[in-house]
Amino acid sequence: MSTTTNSVSATRSGSLIDPRGPRFGAAITTVVLAVVLLTSSSWLLAVQAIVFGLGAIVGLSAQPYGVVYRRLVRPRLAPPRELEESAPPRFAQGVGLAFAVAGLAGYLGGVSTLGTIAVALALGAAFLNAAFNFCLGCEMYLLGRRLFSRQ
Amino acid sequence: MSPGLIALVVVLVVTTAFGLWRRNTDGRFQSVQSPQQPAGERLSADELGAELGVRATLVQFSSAFCAPCRTARVVLGDVAANTPGVTHVEIAAEDQIELIRRFDVRRTPTLLVLDAAGRVRHRATGAPDRAAVLAALATVAG
Repeated sequence: MSTTTNSVSATRSGSLIDPRGPRFGAAITTVVLAVVLLTSSSWLLAVQAIVFGLGAIVGLSAQPYGVVYRRLVRPRLAPPRELEESAPPRFAQGVGLAFAVAGLAGYLGGVSTLGTIAVALALGAAFLNAAFNFCLGCEMYLLGRRLFSRQ
Repeated sequence: MSPGLIALVVVLVVTTAFGLWRRNTDGRFQSVQSPQQPAGERLSADELGAELGVRATLVQFSSAFCAPCRTARVVLGDVAANTPGVTHVEIAAEDQIELIRRFDVRRTPTLLVLDAAGRVRHRATGAPDRAAVLAALATVAG
């Protein structure tokens, strides 16, 4: 017997996606952010921020790296063995956006240390996702709720 | 070396170590006998929001943004469906802050194996495979 209590079912409303799409995107993000770290390029970070923003605000179907995956990569691969919910990777795009914006503020505001730290953290999260299928932002979500809830 | 290059190397080394450690520990059940989690701590049917299994209960703490929760749900649901007396109860962790503080749940999925009396006997984080769940259940039978 399997029972679902409380609001678990309400949180499962997102659509199902091929999990290799977000990982492909995370790999590209890792490379882009590594170049940003090495060059301190604000415009490249701005492009990545727009990519994050499209994924977080419009949805994964509008995320440019995801579009590349579906058009160019997916047709060459076997169908996915299992599907994944879209809510976690979409949430991760939002976390990435926040760090990219902080990084831009650092680079453009002349506080390059802030830029370096923010981009390094976003890079770490993207790399964990690409290499280990691990969503750092998703885990921070529960810790945040636990820390800041007064219940 | 530029600060950016140093940051790049540090991040890659730290995240690789962390990822490998996680890969090794995820989905492994541990007997619950630590000072933080005294053996014999109970979860009641009221707290669970569901009846306890006659033989054992597989409790799964999940959250809204959690990809491995889906995998864990499939595995535990399948084991419960095919093992008489064993039930699977999934709890929305972010709605049960008191419970996750009490059981020190820091990430999802966190899984607890309860015996017939509702005592916590095994614990794991991350999605387990079927064999790991069955092995943990085997020591709870009785």
